Amino acid sequence: MNEAWPFLIQLVVFAFCIGVLGLLVGGSKERRHFRELAEREKRLSHIRVCNLKRVTAPDEVEDAHMMLGSVVIATDYFKSFATGLRNLVGGEMRSAVSLMNRARREALLRLLEQAEARGASEVWNVRFGYSNISQMRGRSGGAMQVEMLAYGTAVRRRG
Amino acid sequence: MIVVNTETIPGREIAEAIGLVQGNTIRAKHVGRDIAAGFKNLVGGELRGYTELLTEARRQALERMLAQAKQLSADGVVNVRFTTSAVTGGAAELYAYGTAVRLAPAAGARYE
Repeated sequence: MNEAWPFLIQLVVFAFCIGVLGLLVGGSKERRHFRELAEREKRLSHIRVCNLKRVTAPDEVEDAHMMLGSVVIATDYFKSFATGLRNLVGGEMRSAVSLMNRARREALLRLLEQAEARGASEVWNVRFGYSNISQMRGRSGGAMQVEMLAYGTAVRRRG
Repeated sequence: MIVVNTETIPGREIAEAIGLVQGNTIRAKHVGRDIAAGFKNLVGGELRGYTELLTEARRQALERMLAQAKQLSADGVVNVRFTTSAVTGGAAELYAYGTAVRLAPAAGARYE
């Protein structure tokens, strides 16, 4: 019993270190991702995005084609743990909010990049689909993993 | 085959709505990818293995939908929607559905 304690303490310290390392690396990766998202959004801002079902002046557009963009993204374990704590007191789950925002913006950008490659000027009827892939792992808990899908109809306006 | 998720095909006229076409697939991830994802979860970020898996699976669901549309000799599919659901542990279902339509000949046929 006495010999088991130091080992347990070592294990806890090790897990804590891994968690903190994950938090630091994950945090910097997340900030870099947000910067990159902002740049790409600026570059693609000439494509008009709209979630209306009906295209205005449909006779002036051509080459309608559906585009998809999707991404699977996860939080680090530490943030998932923090989210668990947040459940106790309620309030906004910031880490979950940033995860969803990253996923949604990334999916939309992938859609827009495809639309740009096709020479589209507008994307209509943009919709988002979401699924929680954590359940795909056969257990709840662990890191949050989400899949975000963005789809819409890209068109090119003549003239 | 023209595929759009708007109710109409912009610039074209729909002559006839044939009916609902659908396609689905259920995919399981494989263990290697799951282990890799487990490590990736330490720092968070994109899980590329899963992104590829789901993109590929969704394309298959779409292709099955298009095969149905082709069988009905449709010209296009409008109002396409996607859903994803985690059916059992370890697998996800991807489902695509839309309305198959026949188009009127292009108005004032444009030659390009």
